[in-house]
Amino acid sequence: MGNLFKIAVRNLLRYKRRTLLTASLITIGIVFVLVFLAVSGSFKNMMIGQITDSMLGHLQVHRKGYVASIDNLPLNLNLKAGAADRLKSVLDQQSEIAAYSPRIKFGGMFSNFVETTNIRLVAVYPEREFSTVPLLPSRIVEGEKTLSRGEILVPTLLAKGMGVKVGDTVVVVATNKDGSVNGRQFRVSGVVEGVTGPGGRDGYIHIEDAVELLRMEEPEVSEVAIRMKDFSKLHRFSKKIESLLSGELNKQGKPLFEVHSWEQLTPFYNIARMIDMMTFFIKLMLIAIVLISIMNVMIMAVYERIREIGTIAAIGTLPGKILSLFVIEGFCLGIVGAVVGDIVGIAIVYILNLSRITFDFGQQKGLHLSATITPADLLTISVTVIIVSVVASLQPAFKASRMEPIKALRHV
Amino acid sequence: MSLITAENVRKDYQAGEVSIAALKGISFEIEPASFVSFVGPSGSGKTTLLNLIGCLDRPTGGKLTVADTDTAVLDRKQSAAFRGTNIGFIFQDFNLLPVLTVFENIEYPLLMVRNTPAEERKKRVNALLQAVGMIEQKDKYPDQISGGQKQRVAVARALVTNPKLVLADEPTANLDHTTAYMVIDLMKKMRDEFRTTFIFSTHDQKIVGEAEIIYSLEDGELKDRQAKGGKNNG
Repeated sequence: MGNLFKIAVRNLLRYKRRTLLTASLITIGIVFVLVFLAVSGSFKNMMIGQITDSMLGHLQVHRKGYVASIDNLPLNLNLKAGAADRLKSVLDQQSEIAAYSPRIKFGGMFSNFVETTNIRLVAVYPEREFSTVPLLPSRIVEGEKTLSRGEILVPTLLAKGMGVKVGDTVVVVATNKDGSVNGRQFRVSGVVEGVTGPGGRDGYIHIEDAVELLRMEEPEVSEVAIRMKDFSKLHRFSKKIESLLSGELNKQGKPLFEVHSWEQLTPFYNIARMIDMMTFFIKLMLIAIVLISIMNVMIMAVYERIREIGTIAAIGTLPGKILSLFVIEGFCLGIVGAVVGDIVGIAIVYILNLSRITFDFGQQKGLHLSATITPADLLTISVTVIIVSVVASLQPAFKASRMEPIKALRHV
Repeated sequence: MSLITAENVRKDYQAGEVSIAALKGISFEIEPASFVSFVGPSGSGKTTLLNLIGCLDRPTGGKLTVADTDTAVLDRKQSAAFRGTNIGFIFQDFNLLPVLTVFENIEYPLLMVRNTPAEERKKRVNALLQAVGMIEQKDKYPDQISGGQKQRVAVARALVTNPKLVLADEPTANLDHTTAYMVIDLMKKMRDEFRTTFIFSTHDQKIVGEAEIIYSLEDGELKDRQAKGGKNNG
């Protein structure tokens, strides 16, 4: 086998310029794919990170049917205290969970005593919420990065529109699930920056204030947001939680809980999928480049060496070995292109990261591009290119191996 | 026991709807360790006959036996294996592989056809390099040596597998007379040393005289057989 490689490499070096051009084409293709993958991956991860760490969490558990009506913030679909306790006891036993935060979500009227408007509120235990969505404190652009009882974090646009400042007193009026209306004064402790996506423009209050405001006899929960220790295990864990909670049934004998991962809760998942789709098509283009360039060079190689093929066939070289000779040439071209492409790609990504490029996502400004290439990406692309190189060589190699020595020897 | 037996061998080529008879039923026998030449003008069927003997082509009719094997029954792979085991080739244009050195060109059949162990290959190639007087040039590439030297390398390559038969189609056509004689002498010397049958085709009358048995072909028919000493068996 070593000798086949030696001959193949020497044949490639025979036409240095052509080999260099073909290998360069493969290299450029790989570099393009790697850089695209790294940059789009960075954007995608940043986007997912912003969405999950600012408001959604990695997973959410609701009472069955809540998500279908989530725009209405239906209080009658909250988890009752008993169900919330049972859920808590299940979640407390899961080592994969880094933090979880029960929330009550509701809509109300917001008044600064001069004007009144509507507001969507999320009532939380502040420490638990900050642990579950760690970017939330960084969204508090004015005031203290805490939330105590009797305080409210007002969304930026609302604060601007109503002329509300930190320290002001405001009133929130809400209707509870029985239809009775109640109001409560709050001190504005901070202004929270909005983020793109569902729930991105909600205000925050303490959960115990919500219990009082909504006159709940016992604390109910609209949703529980969960943060995992290892995001990559999300789907496995989601299935596990689903199966653990599947035994909990309501009075109609149907499942009491529903579990949703972040993808099911935000339309940004479609953008993430579009990025994946674009990456897939970029990879397809790379495959096409490699396929065509290798096939072209190997067809030329076979055509130019017909007499040599005739000679080695006449000497007694078996067709399989002739096929191997040409396939190995394609393989070597693929290997060289892949290795050089990987090295150049990594270097470009490194330079991109050194350049500290920033971009905006929704209302978040100046997010740093953090392009990364995983070893799995490198391996996948390299192996794909090498396999495609071999496949592209097969047809010309097969043609060479099937050549009649007598005809090949006569070729001028 | 003959090395080659041809019984009424015919070869027709199809050119469109016209069938052209390249060999019109020829018969002969060649003994082992012979030094044979097929002569005749261009188009007489010399190359066709050598191709048939070399299992590069199949006869249209008749029976051609080489080394006790009916060449017509061999399939593509068997033909290749048969050639690798029994036949060496010397080409008019030398046909050395340009990416291999002189040593590697001679080594090629042992390496790629016979899978001979490295030590044995080295021993055998060096012995042949000595025999053909190319030991000093063993690391040179074909484009660094002369035509005569190339043909000497080709002779060594043809002999390296110890074949029963070496076929040479116009081996001296691209050489000057002095070099041509040297190559024929070398082939003869190799025949004497390795007891290999050499069959070559030529239309060079001076070179023809070097053969011990001369078959004359004309228009696809065997016209004459001359053995050294003027014996005519035609």
